[in-house]
Amino acid sequence: MVQDITSAVELRLPSKLGFEKVAMQTASGVARLMGFPDDRIEDLKTAVAEACINAIEHGNRFDERLSIGIVLSMEDGKLEVKILDSGSGLHKKIHPPDIDRKMHGEEQARGMGMFLMQALVDEAEWTQTPHGGNCVRLMIRLDKEEE
Amino acid sequence: MAMQPQLNTRAHVDEVKGPDGSPVSVLRFTGDITSTSRDVVFGAYQQVPAATRKLVFDFSKMEYMNSSGIALIIELLMAANKSDRSVQSYGLSPHFQKVFTMVGLNKYTSLHPDEATACAAFAD
Repeated sequence: MVQDITSAVELRLPSKLGFEKVAMQTASGVARLMGFPDDRIEDLKTAVAEACINAIEHGNRFDERLSIGIVLSMEDGKLEVKILDSGSGLHKKIHPPDIDRKMHGEEQARGMGMFLMQALVDEAEWTQTPHGGNCVRLMIRLDKEEE
Repeated sequence: MAMQPQLNTRAHVDEVKGPDGSPVSVLRFTGDITSTSRDVVFGAYQQVPAATRKLVFDFSKMEYMNSSGIALIIELLMAANKSDRSVQSYGLSPHFQKVFTMVGLNKYTSLHPDEATACAAFAD
């Protein structure tokens, strides 16, 4: 198990659906190196996938000239994943899905990605980068499993 | 030519018997369930016999599902409801059992560990 290290892994991925799996597998590999248990790794993989899909769809709007950036930083039992795109900002309010409204066609079946991100990791934050793109920051802590 | 990720979704319907001998249709998913899976998933659903009232979703060979895939499952459940079909599910990993519960899907399809339990769960 790798402990007390400060290190980063960076990726650039095409703005094409399907490539979020590369980010998921990379996040999984890094989390496993740090000693995270399987259930937390699965949570992180889903959160990373949703962030990448939003970056591809809503941030870069499937523009194949643009890539999304993934930065994984390991420090003191924390794994932080930043997902960066070139979009102008996605400022949707996050609310838990209302399954009854969805099942009755009163709200879209889709639209659960941000809720899942927030629910599955210890911290989730949406900001703008200094260059005008979007940044989603996801973070999980090793000590969370003891709570 | 630019590389395109491969569509990795398969789905088909099997006809089985429940413990009381009644017919049950099992919609089996293999691979991914994402936004690109719509045609495959709904194409398979169209193969469910019109008379079917007991439907099981088999996720035991599902490898990856994202929120768009969950939305597809919601749409399938809506379609099943409209046809007066009851749906039981099995084969989800512990992670996706948690995700289904977080979004409330377990209110509309009960989650079971295996096919026999799912088929036995239909109320007559």
